[in-house]
Amino acid sequence: MANREARLAAIRTAFPEGGGVVELPGGDLQTFRVDRRVLPDLARHLKDDPALDFKLLLDVCGVDYPAREERFEVVYHLTSLTHGHRVRLKVAVREGDAVVPSVYGVWKAADWFEREAFDMFGVRFEGHPNLKRILCHPAFQGHALRKDYDPGQRWLLREGEQDEPAWAKEAQENEDHFETQVLNIGPSHPATHGTLRTVVRLDGELITKAETEIGYLHRCFEKMSETHTWNQVIPYTDRLNYCSAMMNGVGYALAVESMLGVEAPPRAQVIRLILSELSRIMDHIVDVGANLNDVGAMTPFLYMYQAREELYSVLEACCGSRLTMSYVRIGGLSADTPPDFEDSVRYLLRRIPKLVDDMETLITENRIFRGRTEGVGAISAEDAVDWGWTGPCLRATGVAYDVRKAYPYLAYDTYDFKVPIAHAGDTYARYLVRVEELRQSLRIVEQALERLEPGPVIVDNHNVALPPKEEVYTEMESLIWHFKLIMEGMKVPAGEKYGYTEAANGELGYYIVSDGGGKPYRIKVRPPCFAIFQAFPHILEGHMVADTVAIMSSLNIIAGELDR
Amino acid sequence: MSNSGGKLSLPAARSGGQAAAARQPDGSQVFLTTKLEKLLDAARKNSLWPFPFGTACCAIEFMSFMMSHYDISRFGAEVVRFSPRQSDLLIVAGTVTDKMAPVMVRIYEQMAEPKYVISMGVCACTGGFYRAYHVVQGIDEFVPVDVYVPGCPPTPEALLQGVVKLQEMISKGETHYQRTLAERRAARAQAGA
Ligand code: SF4
Repeated sequence: MANREARLAAIRTAFPEGGGVVELPGGDLQTFRVDRRVLPDLARHLKDDPALDFKLLLDVCGVDYPAREERFEVVYHLTSLTHGHRVRLKVAVREGDAVVPSVYGVWKAADWFEREAFDMFGVRFEGHPNLKRILCHPAFQGHALRKDYDPGQRWLLREGEQDEPAWAKEAQENEDHFETQVLNIGPSHPATHGTLRTVVRLDGELITKAETEIGYLHRCFEKMSETHTWNQVIPYTDRLNYCSAMMNGVGYALAVESMLGVEAPPRAQVIRLILSELSRIMDHIVDVGANLNDVGAMTPFLYMYQAREELYSVLEACCGSRLTMSYVRIGGLSADTPPDFEDSVRYLLRRIPKLVDDMETLITENRIFRGRTEGVGAISAEDAVDWGWTGPCLRATGVAYDVRKAYPYLAYDTYDFKVPIAHAGDTYARYLVRVEELRQSLRIVEQALERLEPGPVIVDNHNVALPPKEEVYTEMESLIWHFKLIMEGMKVPAGEKYGYTEAANGELGYYIVSDGGGKPYRIKVRPPCFAIFQAFPHILEGHMVADTVAIMSSLNIIAGELDR
Repeated sequence: MSNSGGKLSLPAARSGGQAAAARQPDGSQVFLTTKLEKLLDAARKNSLWPFPFGTACCAIEFMSFMMSHYDISRFGAEVVRFSPRQSDLLIVAGTVTDKMAPVMVRIYEQMAEPKYVISMGVCACTGGFYRAYHVVQGIDEFVPVDVYVPGCPPTPEALLQGVVKLQEMISKGETHYQRTLAERRAARAQAGA
């Protein structure tokens, strides 16, 4: 892993001092301020120089600082899978001239992220092939994440104003394509699991062109988080990837805790880990089950859902909620687990493998299933990285990148588990990886149970955590702490942080900016399935219509996380 | 109003040709009288065909509601149809955004009458905790709602209760569809008189 100086030197070979690239001091990540004129060249250099090798563009986002002369900042997060290092780039632009060159030509992953920054801040990306709104609807006016945009200002979209891809309107006059038609799949379609829409052009049953439209579940998470206190954001994070709510909260809390310089007590950490892994299992269960259901196998979904119901009971016993848990607090957990927690988790450890075995017996060697999934929706490792893929979908192409191994948190490095990979990169490979990951998660949970010692579950620091209720009622000081925390919220030191964890779909990143106040200044979520789904229309081309369904559900696109 | 009111028993409804005849243990027959409308309502309420308009987290709980553990088929509403033409109960499960609203309205309009709407979860009911620039603050801005099921997400039990509640409303003629129909009839009768 190259260090700061080595990285700087590698950049300086092409961009000497005064060449438009300035290293900013300190920070959680090495950060460079970049002049937009050199951005395309720098991007190329960062990607192609073997000493840097930043092949994976994780995130592009905007931040609005109305008081600054250069009001908008576009922030890029990059990582190298070979060296394991990361950098952040910042490009600042003025309001009247908010134009930044697009890096789509370097990393395809920039495609949707740049569109989102355009939608939310009005920053234009020069050279982007399809720069239009992505999350907000076409009748929307203004740019929602600008600080002067009123969070409650809505715009109505009327029937007939929806966006259509330009090519969908063109008539196809070619005589060879006698059966050409344009088909709209979704947003309300049994196989789109909610709110995804794909427009495809067909030649017979073959897809010749596709475009995906998202934003049907854009619930303004990022704007809402700016209007709530740090702890109040947690329920919103639960609703990002609602199939595995716990993991989102854990990722967020870890990021904020590192800004605050606090650490959750050991018991809380182990519980977080156990519930995260159980959530991963829940997520994979739904995804695998839904994938099978979509290709016509209903029974395994029912088997797997049984496991999910039993997992729900454990979660419900911990925090009172089955799905959207809100169990994490910054600094720990909201409450301790019930006394029979260990027993019920042990029961799950015996029960789930049986259900998974049942499903595997039916499916893994099933000829129909293999016929429908093998070679379908395949993507090469190189393309997957270029599109910004992470998580099980990337591992199915043979890249063994898992945040739990590469950048361990919650002491994952002390657990014995494997990162399963497959090589085909197709729908079947994704299925295999998920099933094996599920078994590995069970192993982690088993080991974690051994480490569960009694103790507190939240830090004893009243700048961060509420004092116990009994004390609030009996002691003046505690009452004051309680009042201050509730009314003003905790104060997170000014600064920025990119926190990342391995969620069910891949790297879930939180880019958090604090101005020292009681509310976050900006939270940008890097949702793993956003990057994955942007490659979907490109994968589709050349497939049959029926394959869309198999491919889509194997990518595990969760609209809450995709659209936020 | 006929004497049997809403308390129509199903054996009577099932006996086909002799619509309202029921055989007594001693072999004699008694007649229950009812209105055709009531008979239809009894049939409708016990075989609701939901259209799951699932958009967000609530849709995951909707799945639990369908699955064997909670098992909606106990209440005769397990035949989920993803075609609006084949369903009569729109269950809006999840947040509806301004971008999605025209889609929802279109689906509602495509459903054949009689049709009913259940709004599942606080997001669908009021926008929930998303007081935000892209979220519909309650689907009743766009479609008439018969039953609101609160919760974030509502437990499957709560949704089951919502369905039972809707069944009660259907047998009492209280749903939006039935009320509008009654109003229209009354208006027509008045115009004719
Ligand atoms: S009510 Fe709650 S659980 Fe349901 S869609 Fe809204 S946020 Fe999700």
